[in-house]
Amino acid sequence: MNSKSRLHIPHPPARPGEKPDFSYLQISPAGVVARPDVNAHARDIESLAYDMVRVLDDDHSAIGPWHPHLDPQDLQVALRHIMLTRIFDDRMLRNQRQGKTTFYMKSTGEEAVSIAQCMALEPGDMCFPSYRNQGLYVARGRSLVDLMCQCLSNTRDMCKGRQMPIMYHWREGRIFSISGNLTTQVPQAVGWAMAAAIKGEDDIAATWVGDGSTAEPDFHHALTFASVYQAPVLINVVNNQWAISTFQAFAGGERRPFAARGLGYGIPGIRVDGNDFLAVYGVTRWAAERARKGYGPTLVEHVTYRASGHSTSDDPSRYRPKEEWDDWPLGDPLERLKQHLIALGEWSEDRHETLNEELEKHVMDCWKEAMSYGTLTDGPKLDPDEMFEDVFAEMPEHLKKQRAHLKKLRS
Amino acid sequence: MANMNMIQALNSAMDIMLARDPAVVIMGEDVGYFGGVFRCTDGLQRKYGEHRVLDSPISEGGIMATAIGMGVNGLRPVAEIQFADYIYPAFDQIVSELARLRYRSAGDFWAPVTVRTPCGGGIRGGQTHSQSPEGIFTHVCGVKVVMPSNPYDAKGLLISAIEDDDPVIFFEPKRIYNGPFDGDANKPAVPWTTHPKGDVPEGYYTVPIGKSDIVSAGTDVTILTYGTMVHVAEAAAQRGNIDAEIIDIRTMIPLDVDTITSSVKKTGRCVIVHEATRFSGFGAELTATVQEECFWHLEAPIQRVTGWDTPYPHAFEWEYFPGQERVVEALELVMEPA
Ligand SMILES: Cc1ncc(C[n+]2csc(CCOP(=O)(O)OP(=O)(O)O)c2C)c(N)n1
Ligand SMILES: [Mg+2]
Repeated sequence: MNSKSRLHIPHPPARPGEKPDFSYLQISPAGVVARPDVNAHARDIESLAYDMVRVLDDDHSAIGPWHPHLDPQDLQVALRHIMLTRIFDDRMLRNQRQGKTTFYMKSTGEEAVSIAQCMALEPGDMCFPSYRNQGLYVARGRSLVDLMCQCLSNTRDMCKGRQMPIMYHWREGRIFSISGNLTTQVPQAVGWAMAAAIKGEDDIAATWVGDGSTAEPDFHHALTFASVYQAPVLINVVNNQWAISTFQAFAGGERRPFAARGLGYGIPGIRVDGNDFLAVYGVTRWAAERARKGYGPTLVEHVTYRASGHSTSDDPSRYRPKEEWDDWPLGDPLERLKQHLIALGEWSEDRHETLNEELEKHVMDCWKEAMSYGTLTDGPKLDPDEMFEDVFAEMPEHLKKQRAHLKKLRS
Repeated sequence: MANMNMIQALNSAMDIMLARDPAVVIMGEDVGYFGGVFRCTDGLQRKYGEHRVLDSPISEGGIMATAIGMGVNGLRPVAEIQFADYIYPAFDQIVSELARLRYRSAGDFWAPVTVRTPCGGGIRGGQTHSQSPEGIFTHVCGVKVVMPSNPYDAKGLLISAIEDDDPVIFFEPKRIYNGPFDGDANKPAVPWTTHPKGDVPEGYYTVPIGKSDIVSAGTDVTILTYGTMVHVAEAAAQRGNIDAEIIDIRTMIPLDVDTITSSVKKTGRCVIVHEATRFSGFGAELTATVQEECFWHLEAPIQRVTGWDTPYPHAFEWEYFPGQERVVEALELVMEPA
């Protein structure tokens, strides 16, 4: 044995051709993790960062102190949102494959995070998402046509052709503009929350970041400021196990759960089953109430799995076994909520099938409408003059000159 | 000789340097097992092991800072920043540390880091996968700045960069990874097999840092350009039927002033073409240099053809990209009789 130091190089448990192995995952049984008071001191609830809050058990019933006791109607709405998000993602992937859009990123397998959290937050709460939170738009009721028009960069594109597909924003819906640069939104959410507190308002901020992106220094800026000022913010790490081709261990997930990152800063960390709609909802209610009542920030780690490729530019079969998603021990969030509703006697396979067809048709109709406003190649087009707008609030002379130059070239 | 595209040429350069020099290490996001999102490091981890080709956490500042530390401790790191648009989290480590280490320690410490990063647009990457930030780095004292325009130069320059004891920021125009691109997006893509500079020696060779390349000799006007725009400029000169001397700058720092000025003194006219935005872009430095050195030889004001001073828009990619038409327009302007 070599006694000299060597680097530890993290490895995923399985590569293509090998058998998936999720034995590294610590999973608590449903219902066993205690729910502390919302004013608990971070120091007294450290175990929440290591356990896993789960509400849905293997028999599809909801148990334990984190059970949010939602009405069945609300659960049906949630299921509808999750199904719609999934159908939307599938359709948009196909549209990209057919050359209608240039790029797409799916949220398949992790839809419950955005949907449950958005439903648990208040409408005035401000969301600072990553690029894999399209469920926020679905849950807050933005028209899919609007999202599709953005992906098409067409005449109704909210970004006026300036951003790649999926880089949405929604000022009225309180969802911040998505950046291509990872993790920048996390400390910005903290600043937004600080402003709410400075202004004496009740709104809180919530933000989402991937496991891999926690390695960026911005994540640590966020924790420091949130901790120092006890800002009313909910910081969510969506640990879907992969960051493009690198396993979550490359962001340090092998040593301690991401939820435990909060502890060093005195911020409570909660690790939750991200594919358990009820657990995510329950944890979000707890953290939102804590923030709103002035007890400060919470860091939540959602344990989930990125079922699709990173994006349409990615081929995951090059770096992970194809069967991983089937073997994922926390299952499919859609299927688990559906089975829970069926167990409650509030849903059936027939109703599911009917709703599925309705949503498929709705998404197709939205797509047809969106296409009628143009695509990058066909139909009506945005005016290239738009390119020079909004660089500044008021266009300076040099941009006016450049705009005129382009106009002359095009005439 | 073998036919290589730019990705294979860069891969070959790193392969050779990993084999020749045990101090060379490669680090970056997705560069190891996966071989990089553009596949430039494909197969290198398998060949040289996980201590030579390292996947990194997603932290550009961390990549840069640890590369500096490794460089100080005798290694020769080649750090990949996945897109030039994501280099800014590493900015402080580059500007305040990497660039100035030798100076502030009076030569006692230095870090021979090469930073490879894909730049430029034309791939529908929108504002965060299309930028050309070379001018930001040419304003920093203590880093060399390089951008090749073809596989042959890419390999030779990357080997020089890795061997260089000074830090080098090595920009790779991603639009021409797989083939030369003359700015006409409607034409079918052509591979590097169609281009003489796609012929690349399989073994070790260098292209010196600090030397421009006269891509085509001419007498009417000098075109100063680099990266993807070399190919656009060639096509534009042909289209405008102008006998242009096209100089591929290749290395912005240090700049080959002699090649530039002797050409402009000969032609008396100068057009500068780059994809980066205009205001304070590298073209401004070239303009100033030509004006200072060649003023009495100039027969027309120097023209610049650049990206507009806006972020790179997704939908208006080809209205934004300074294509052949705009280069022809500038060539005609400088050719107008006084
Ligand atoms: C500053 C910066 N560096 C690198 C990238 C390239 N990039 C885009 S997504 C990604 C992986 C992120 O993984 P993770 O945070 O786990 O989120 P997930 O995609 O799994 O949702 C990388 C490296 C980027 N967009 N921004
Ligand atoms: Mg991830």
